[in-house]
Amino acid sequence: MDTITAVKTADLHEPQWAVHVEDLTVSYHGKPVLWDIDVNIPPGVMAAIVGPNGAGKSTFLKSVLSLVKPTAGHIMIHGAPYRRQRRRVGYVPQRSSVDWDFPTTALDVVMMGLYGHLGWFRYPGRQAREQAMSALEEVRIADLAGRQISQLSGGQQQRVFLARALVQQADVYFLDEPMAGVDATTERTIVGLLHKLRDAGKTLVVVHHDLQTVADYFDWLMLLNVRVIAQGPVGQIYTVENLRKAYGGRVSLLERGSLAGLRGIDAPPERPSDVIGGPPAGSRSAPAGMQG
Amino acid sequence: MSGVAAFFGDYTIQNVMMGAALLGLISGVLGSFAVLRQQSLLGDTLAHAALPGVCLGFMIAGARELSSILAGALFTAILAALVMLVLTRASRLKTDAGLGIALSVFFAFGVVLLTYIQGTGNASQGGLDAFLFGQAAGILRSDLYLMGGITAFSLGLVAGFWKEFKLVSFDPVFAATLGLPVVLLETVLTVTIAFAVVVGLQMVGVVLMAAMVIAPAVGARQWTRRLEHMVLLAAVFGVISGLTGALISATGQGLATGPLIILSASALVAVSILVAPERGLVWEGLKRWRDRRDLEANKVLTTLYGLAARHKDPGYPAEQGMIDTYHRIATRHALARLAERGLVEPVEHMRDQEGPHWALTEAGIALAQHLRQEPASG
Repeated sequence: MDTITAVKTADLHEPQWAVHVEDLTVSYHGKPVLWDIDVNIPPGVMAAIVGPNGAGKSTFLKSVLSLVKPTAGHIMIHGAPYRRQRRRVGYVPQRSSVDWDFPTTALDVVMMGLYGHLGWFRYPGRQAREQAMSALEEVRIADLAGRQISQLSGGQQQRVFLARALVQQADVYFLDEPMAGVDATTERTIVGLLHKLRDAGKTLVVVHHDLQTVADYFDWLMLLNVRVIAQGPVGQIYTVENLRKAYGGRVSLLERGSLAGLRGIDAPPERPSDVIGGPPAGSRSAPAGMQG
Repeated sequence: MSGVAAFFGDYTIQNVMMGAALLGLISGVLGSFAVLRQQSLLGDTLAHAALPGVCLGFMIAGARELSSILAGALFTAILAALVMLVLTRASRLKTDAGLGIALSVFFAFGVVLLTYIQGTGNASQGGLDAFLFGQAAGILRSDLYLMGGITAFSLGLVAGFWKEFKLVSFDPVFAATLGLPVVLLETVLTVTIAFAVVVGLQMVGVVLMAAMVIAPAVGARQWTRRLEHMVLLAAVFGVISGLTGALISATGQGLATGPLIILSASALVAVSILVAPERGLVWEGLKRWRDRRDLEANKVLTTLYGLAARHKDPGYPAEQGMIDTYHRIATRHALARLAERGLVEPVEHMRDQEGPHWALTEAGIALAQHLRQEPASG
């Protein structure tokens, strides 16, 4: 964690937030994809980014990770820009973002998460292999370590990506639809693992597509549709009114009242005070909870 | 024996063999990355774009001097790659269109320059058009040193940046989040393809060079599951095709070496695509045939189970004709296979009046029950 010491405390901007975004605007070919985004995510929460298709959810993640150049605004991770906090950030891209026919094994892909720590001209050795193996055990596919990645199921591929992020030993994790198109067992494993990371003090920011499970899985919610519609503890934000604002007319699902934990006008919050009190002062960097 | 020794002792044959082997080595290794990055056509564009450079190098040197010709080739090939990059980044042109445009513009310019040089009647221009289809016999020992140097340098790059090249080829976005200079690494990979093209110019020429970049890599991909093995095997395939082509050319009736190398590489690809385990067409066809056969047998098994259930008799002897009628095909073979697997057994029933009968075994009942279940989720 050498980069943490490299960031001088005096330089920090809004360090009480794990993720602090101000005035962020991103546009493609002159059209705004994200408009005037102000976001603060406290450390130690599991936050969902939810919104309709084309709301800019993936673009938001990509801006935070400096993969997309914003037209305006700034983004801080634990008080400093991403390029200075790389080692504290883990990333799980969408599964469809790579060619799974690439000739490599599950273990090898997981070890790629360590390339940033290794540095130039150094090859992953026994220690890297052991770290990768324990990450694969964490996602319960250690037996598939030597398997060629094209022979893995969708859920198994997703677990490989998750294991690759785990070896990054980060404080803040960004995940782009980790539960999309996976089987129920994988979804349970992933959610269990994410909860464990959160309980160890990590911050998780997850682009999520399934409104049904938002209240069950997450404790922080950011509703996005080009602008930020609402953000805060899930119990306060997950309301019919907010969802209608985010999804516009496409709320037939909501009208049926079928969403678990959805808060109407007078229903009690889903998750009480554990996150509402605001972020704790300073940034938490609890020891990695991944071996536990 | 002395004939063989004389053959391999021949100066020209030695040079051609070594050149062909070098070309196979470099294009196999670097082509692997190009193919995996889905940039197979990049080799084609770079090779064609090398032609104007060949002519410019010749014009500047004033003679057919390989070092300046290759420098020129490298220059215009890389320039074409840059043009392609700028075209696709700055406009909404897709990569394939960008590659196509760069290829044809640069190649056209090269042909114009070539005809201009021929028109000037320069005595030493003889053989410049050999760079179109290659002229292996013209290779000198000094050329080999140059080709060897370029090859060694490129292989050194691949060894030094192995894990970065691998990650950038597999998942460039993730590589960027780690802070790797993705654009720079991709540029270096592209430039190394230009190196391979330059090494191949004299052997196979600009027109056929693309095949040399693609074929060994595509062939090797069929047999392996790991990038390390794929790159090594592609190098081996490249060297084998190079040597084979050179040998056939040297022993035959003056057939052109370059095209023979390409044909050898293509033969390796054809064999690989057909018979490689797991990925080969023959393998896949065999698997599909087996699957269909198993499906048929399983259907017959569940039919027997249904009959037994309806008669409330686990050992119900079903007559073969009945099962044939149900499936509207002869089930004799399917039943025989099921019997081999111990799932059904022939039983004696009304021997003189009826045909053969079959009953489920314990194992057959268990499997049939399993097959009738809904697939479990997860």
